[in-house]
Amino acid sequence: MTITANNTQSVAEVVRAALERHGLVKDELIPILNEVNQVLGYLPAEALELVAQEMKVPQSQLFSVASFYNMLSTKPRGRHVIQFCESAPCHVVGGRQVFETLKRELKLESGETSTDGKWTLVTTSCLGVCAVGPVLIVDNDIFGNVTPAQVPDILARYH
Amino acid sequence: MKAVRSMVLVSSDPQSMERGAQEVFDRLQSEIQAFHLEDEISITMVGDVGRHDATPLLIVYPEAVIYGPVTPDDVHFLVEEHLYKGRIASNLQAPARELTGRIAWISARKGTLPAEHRIVLERAGLIDPDSIDDYIVHEGYQALGKVLTEMTPVELIAEIEKSGLRGRGGAGFPTGTKWRFVSKAAGNPKYVICNADESEPGTFKDRLVLEGDPHSILEAMAIAAYAVGASEGYIYVRGEYRLAQERLKTAIHQAREMGLLGENIFGSGFSFDIHVHSGAGAYICGEETALIESIEGKRGEPRPRPPYPTTNGLWGKPTLVNNVETLANIPAIVRHGAAWYKAIGTPSSPGTKVYTVMGNVNNTGLIEVPMGITLREVISIYGKGMKNGSSFKLAQTGGSSGSIIPASLQDTPMDFDSFSKAGVALGSGALLICDEDTCVVDLAKVLINFFRFESCGKCNPCRIGNQRSFEILTNISEGRGTLSDLDFLQMLSDNMTLLSNCGLGQTAGTPLRDILKYFRAEVEAHIRLKVCPAGICPMTEKEPVH
Repeated sequence: MTITANNTQSVAEVVRAALERHGLVKDELIPILNEVNQVLGYLPAEALELVAQEMKVPQSQLFSVASFYNMLSTKPRGRHVIQFCESAPCHVVGGRQVFETLKRELKLESGETSTDGKWTLVTTSCLGVCAVGPVLIVDNDIFGNVTPAQVPDILARYH
Repeated sequence: MKAVRSMVLVSSDPQSMERGAQEVFDRLQSEIQAFHLEDEISITMVGDVGRHDATPLLIVYPEAVIYGPVTPDDVHFLVEEHLYKGRIASNLQAPARELTGRIAWISARKGTLPAEHRIVLERAGLIDPDSIDDYIVHEGYQALGKVLTEMTPVELIAEIEKSGLRGRGGAGFPTGTKWRFVSKAAGNPKYVICNADESEPGTFKDRLVLEGDPHSILEAMAIAAYAVGASEGYIYVRGEYRLAQERLKTAIHQAREMGLLGENIFGSGFSFDIHVHSGAGAYICGEETALIESIEGKRGEPRPRPPYPTTNGLWGKPTLVNNVETLANIPAIVRHGAAWYKAIGTPSSPGTKVYTVMGNVNNTGLIEVPMGITLREVISIYGKGMKNGSSFKLAQTGGSSGSIIPASLQDTPMDFDSFSKAGVALGSGALLICDEDTCVVDLAKVLINFFRFESCGKCNPCRIGNQRSFEILTNISEGRGTLSDLDFLQMLSDNMTLLSNCGLGQTAGTPLRDILKYFRAEVEAHIRLKVCPAGICPMTEKEPVH
């Protein structure tokens, strides 16, 4: 989930590229939204409008889809998105303490974006790397066997 | 494939990649060229090898020596010592104690661990997942050739029914029966869907198959399609599994080029093609009807059943939905026959099961063992005992929708029927092993919190039941519980099980039922004595529930 604010491409260009790549068929709707979300970091209203027009899907239905899935966001996110796994396997090996540290370091609660637009903190269900729990993901980087003491070091790697 | 003297595998699971596996791989290539060994040595990136304690790992065959963690700077020395001079560089070998997965199997042959029995994972970690040639050399696409040239769909379905294979997604429905339903259903076209939306917490078996042996799934889907009369297939992969999606796309492309997918396969007149469909992060989409809704571009909300997908599935047509692990058994059954398969495991649940072993044991990771092994065996043999000499308190199976298994049931054979007789569920194969420092109230709270977020909100028992249960558990953990809360929890659990629309809601109440059944005294201690016996719950008011 690389979130790079790409200023060189307009929303319309991104949407058009995604539509062209996947085709205007209904079973590609979610892959299209996924791609737009990845390039722009979120799904702006303008993008949803365009997709709705081109695919002849009611906007209301598109919004209901966009708001349902965790990997799609209708609100802007920070430059770096931290996903913290809060499922049981990570929890029993010390995940709770790591999450407390994370919240304290970032001064954010789950689901919030920092005012300087740098961080977004979200909790997520299992990421499938349970053998190395507790696990957190910053953008595309996976950190396993995380201890509370490592949290500041991990955060310091991102600018 | 050209003959090579040695084969070098580099782990490329996400953690290895993060720790520089790509750089190690590049250095290997240049060093091997520098020593003029390029005709004698093959190098392969192999995905997840089932071991994460010393990544990136480098495995050298035929000696099966495991090096790790390997840095790019180690590569020159390793190539010179091991590949050029033929001496094992023992100072760089990975620690031998934490053996899991494929590596455990290799060591088993060397006599250090009891052997696993690998069918589903027979190639994962051994072949290059991006090479169709490698797959074909390892008996790949033989089963597809056999069914298309020697078997009728009716014979094929009869063979699968005879093997006794049961769905590995959690419910344990007989696979052959499901195939027969779809083949008999009226409607055209028909679809085959591989459910690879693996999101049960603690389960990552399907990811290993998809990343390590993607062609086996394509082959199995083509076989299934032939059996039920489908011409189009979808693999619904969860959005987070990027590597798996890439590998599958490469594999599909290769299979099409070789004529193993597409029109008129093996000149038999049978045509079949597969699309990879990425999920977008929703646990509920692992439920088959929600998955179908999601492919159709809608919110992943389960449909009422009946009608079942076998008659009214994707776009309203008959659809076969099978889990990755289920499908991965198919080619082996076709190749070796139903009788061979039935001899493995227990009579009511033949075959093997892949378990992900996690929590407070010395060895965590993935094992594939015959059905019917007991929890005690898993912990002592494969888990190498409890961590720090602690004692076993409970195991949570099958991710969040599995049961909580108390120590008293650790000698019950793990198969579908023995477990359901004991009133617990096998689930998807996750085994979260917990020691005495685990508080059951806290554990149930985490599990219910998961369902609270992942409930799609369509039906009331699940949406409200999970929210109310979470509030009550929070109250208990903060010293505000009352004894009548326990009756209320029991009622919520029963309501969710009986009245929910889909599998998520029906199983969400299981942790509540289990803790009240097996650990009631511990829960009551939180209420009567205001004490958390494990010392985990805060027992004072922290923050209001939101």
